[in-house]
Amino acid sequence: MFDWRWEFVWQILPRLLEATGNTLLAAGFGYVIALVLGLVFALAQRSHFKPLTFATRETVEFIRSTPLVLQIFFVFYVGPQFGIMLSPWTAGMIAIGLHYASYLSEVYRAGIDSVPKGQWEAAMSLSLGPVRTYSKIIIPQAIPTAFAGMGNYLVGIFKDTPMLSVIGVAELMHTANSIGSEYYRFLEPYTMVGIIFLLISLPTASLLRRTEDRIRKKIGLRSR
Amino acid sequence: MSYVEFLTEFGPRLVDGTITTAQQTILAAAVAILIAVAAGLMRLSHNRLIYGAATVYIEIFRGTSLLVQLYWIFFVLPLFGLTLDKFTAGFMAVGMNLGAYGAELVRGGILSVPKGQWEAALALNMSPAKRMIRIIFPQAILNMLPPWGNLLIELLKGTALVALISVTDLMFEAKQINGSTFLSAQVFGTALIIYYLMARCLITPFMRWLERIMARKLGRI
Repeated sequence: MFDWRWEFVWQILPRLLEATGNTLLAAGFGYVIALVLGLVFALAQRSHFKPLTFATRETVEFIRSTPLVLQIFFVFYVGPQFGIMLSPWTAGMIAIGLHYASYLSEVYRAGIDSVPKGQWEAAMSLSLGPVRTYSKIIIPQAIPTAFAGMGNYLVGIFKDTPMLSVIGVAELMHTANSIGSEYYRFLEPYTMVGIIFLLISLPTASLLRRTEDRIRKKIGLRSR
Repeated sequence: MSYVEFLTEFGPRLVDGTITTAQQTILAAAVAILIAVAAGLMRLSHNRLIYGAATVYIEIFRGTSLLVQLYWIFFVLPLFGLTLDKFTAGFMAVGMNLGAYGAELVRGGILSVPKGQWEAALALNMSPAKRMIRIIFPQAILNMLPPWGNLLIELLKGTALVALISVTDLMFEAKQINGSTFLSAQVFGTALIIYYLMARCLITPFMRWLERIMARKLGRI
């Protein structure tokens, strides 16, 4: 029979909250890596150098179709085989950053494709170079379209951080596991982890939805 | 140890794991489809209670991690008197999680059927159930098959997590072999390729085939 013990909840709550900080840190770091690397992937797929386009597309496909947890293991264990020691944090950030970069590259791609052709032609007729065309003309207009997808993957990366526990990153799930095995009580730690995730991801998702509506209104698109 | 030697020694275990992964995927997909259709239809209900129940379910399962849900189902549910063996807990967790995502696809697919189809069914005096089964749902299926293809790949990837509750799937075998041999690049690399092939050479072509069949049945080709 289950018995929920509040005093146990209060006892473990400080540890869980500390771990929540780590979870947010991991999600934040991972997301920044994914944002930057995703843009690199997206631009590489638009390159005129065909082998690069092909290689990037296949890599993105491959990363997207294989489990993140296996990729985390791969990055963490394959390094040492070749003499590169990675800390769990570094390996985790590389794996999660790469995984989400491949998702975000698709989001960027859709965003860039949504910019009307006239904008490219206008930039060309003003003889702007590729760097200024992208940074001043195309990307600012691609962001409103891409925003929804980018927001979804921000929440997604947050929800996938528990997988980092498998290589020993001290985030929420890892802490809940160690609390569970220390006290032989799993009800409170696992339930609290679920509640903490809900309390962060639901408000974030609704905030993102409202921001998206605001952005869409600002550039004169219909809100969804 | 060369790669060929590696494969001859550990290949059979990886194949066993792949079979378990395939079983988990098929069972989880069945659970996900059942839940998605039920919750998706409930989200279209005008009854506040039915709508609310489906919304709560979807928000809980989409708002937390699959890994958290898996551990909760496997370690906490027994405290409520419901003990599932690890194999069942594995595919149930994956199916319930992806079912919550699928529910929105079902809802969207049904809403995308043109209004004239609903009106025509009404004009023919069909009962609501008959209208849904005979007219609306078949067209909705065709609309939502492409995103379901992506969802099934997510589901296949999700099953890798059941290794963490010791279901002996591909991920689990890879982890075990790595633990005893430290041939990390070979074993994890092979496992990654197997997952990739399952997604690209089984799920994607299967969904394309299904799309063609459905389109032909509805006379769209």
